Amino acid sequence: MFDVEKIRLDFPILAKEIFGNPLVYLDNAATSQKPRQVIDALVDYYENFNANVHRGVHTLSMEATDKYEDAREKVSSFINSESSDSVIWTRNASESLNLVAYSWGENNINEGDEILLTPMEHHSNLVPWQELARRKNADIKFIPMLENGTLDMDRVDDLITEKTALVSAVHMSNALGTINPVRELGVKAHRMGAKILVDGAQSVPHMPTDVQELNCDFLVFSGHKMLGPTGIGALYVKKEILESMEPFLTGGEMVLEVSYEEASWADLPMKFEAGTPNIADSIGLGSAVDYLNVLGMENVREHEKDLTTYALNRFKNADLEGLDLFGPDDPNIRGGVFSFNTPDVHPHDLGTFLDRIGIAVRTGHHCAMPLVRSLGVAATARASFYLYNTKKEVDILVDGVTEALRYFRDGPN
Amino acid sequence: MDRTKIDDIYRDRVILDHCRNPRNISPIEHCDLLGDAVNPFCGDEVHFQIGLSDEVIENVRFTGDGCAINMASGSLLSEAVKGLTTEEASELSIKFVESMRKSIDQDVDQQFIGELSALISVRHFPVRIKCALLAWSALEDALSTKA
Repeated sequence: MFDVEKIRLDFPILAKEIFGNPLVYLDNAATSQKPRQVIDALVDYYENFNANVHRGVHTLSMEATDKYEDAREKVSSFINSESSDSVIWTRNASESLNLVAYSWGENNINEGDEILLTPMEHHSNLVPWQELARRKNADIKFIPMLENGTLDMDRVDDLITEKTALVSAVHMSNALGTINPVRELGVKAHRMGAKILVDGAQSVPHMPTDVQELNCDFLVFSGHKMLGPTGIGALYVKKEILESMEPFLTGGEMVLEVSYEEASWADLPMKFEAGTPNIADSIGLGSAVDYLNVLGMENVREHEKDLTTYALNRFKNADLEGLDLFGPDDPNIRGGVFSFNTPDVHPHDLGTFLDRIGIAVRTGHHCAMPLVRSLGVAATARASFYLYNTKKEVDILVDGVTEALRYFRDGPN
Repeated sequence: MDRTKIDDIYRDRVILDHCRNPRNISPIEHCDLLGDAVNPFCGDEVHFQIGLSDEVIENVRFTGDGCAINMASGSLLSEAVKGLTTEEASELSIKFVESMRKSIDQDVDQQFIGELSALISVRHFPVRIKCALLAWSALEDALSTKA
């Protein structure tokens, strides 16, 4: 059973006070907090197993290698990949996207080809394609967005043509919370011979992910948003595509045989992992996956859907005159992300005010500048939830925003 | 909630007052210097038009967009530089920026800045210091640009 009060005890940082108030951590779309189990896994690795992987015959190196590859297996199962050879360690989703843009894009995107994106992409799923398109004289197109922050799916059939080489779409928007129908986009992409990439940075931490069911060609995500350490992320690529891809970075670890003149590449997945990898944090991410599996991703999603429903109602019924809450109002197609704006308080003033009462929210453009601009604002405040957040914290947030509005409108009492 | 904490920054109501009712926003008759500053990360902006009489700042027009601290800083600055020579305005700017960059436990000579001292308390919020300094970048831009 999903007992949020019990879960909270696993997260040491949630006991922290900010300016004498209990921390209300609502910046989970930026990064999640870490449970004791993940922190312990890192300490355990450094205290008991630290050695380089895949090279020593000594016991420690073999133990480190086992733990490291075991973590890959865990992550692979977590997304239901057919093989852990399809899972490449990277630093984060951004690096995963750059890997695809270079290793796959350089050889598969040609002059006149089209890359289809959504208007709600994080800069990480926009800039690498802009750069690739510039290098290749390819074009980038966007699926239009409706007023409620969802994609205009009626336009997709016209936009995916024989020119389309790649459809790359965020599964859950980090700015609006919108959950996009990426499976359907994949069906449409494949029908025209295009590939589909899913940016799972915000979805993999919050809902069950099954790459076989999604039938995506690429999936990218970050460890630190799903209870894992910073500096570790992953890329899933369908095996037949991965086998055809050239290495991204070259050097140690990714080679089979090297002479002074040339080299041949190691098998998958190591072909894409040059240099000593981030062993500790991979193991840490494996431990985060264990933690999530114990809770069950269906339960995590249900809990957050419940919070989302509650928060949507609280925002709607609170005394928040003029407040603009962006994104869809159907919790079935929305994650626990709330971006909002008020005519009377600038998001940065609101962020400072909320911080002083212990609430951590993000303010700014959320690394989605074109999207936030298209909403007609320079910045928004964003509260984003995770499995350890409670309805009481939703109350504290909505009350805090109400109080801030009053403060800035009427002045200090 | 402990009001004194949030009042550290928006204290004496000076910042809130200047934010709600920014000074010197009317068009000015003639303009010798133009200055702009934009923070692309938050979209805040500040613009100054300055009218000189000899080398003395006779008229200032402030326009801008952004958070309370940014707007208050622009408004307070527009008041502070009126009547100064461009050289004195430059000196004030250097002194002010230096003061804002001092750590919170270092004393700041608040004599020279008058009402600007309301901005000095923004040092309690290190991430907001840049909000207070944007207007001063616009001033420096104006002082180095002839219209």
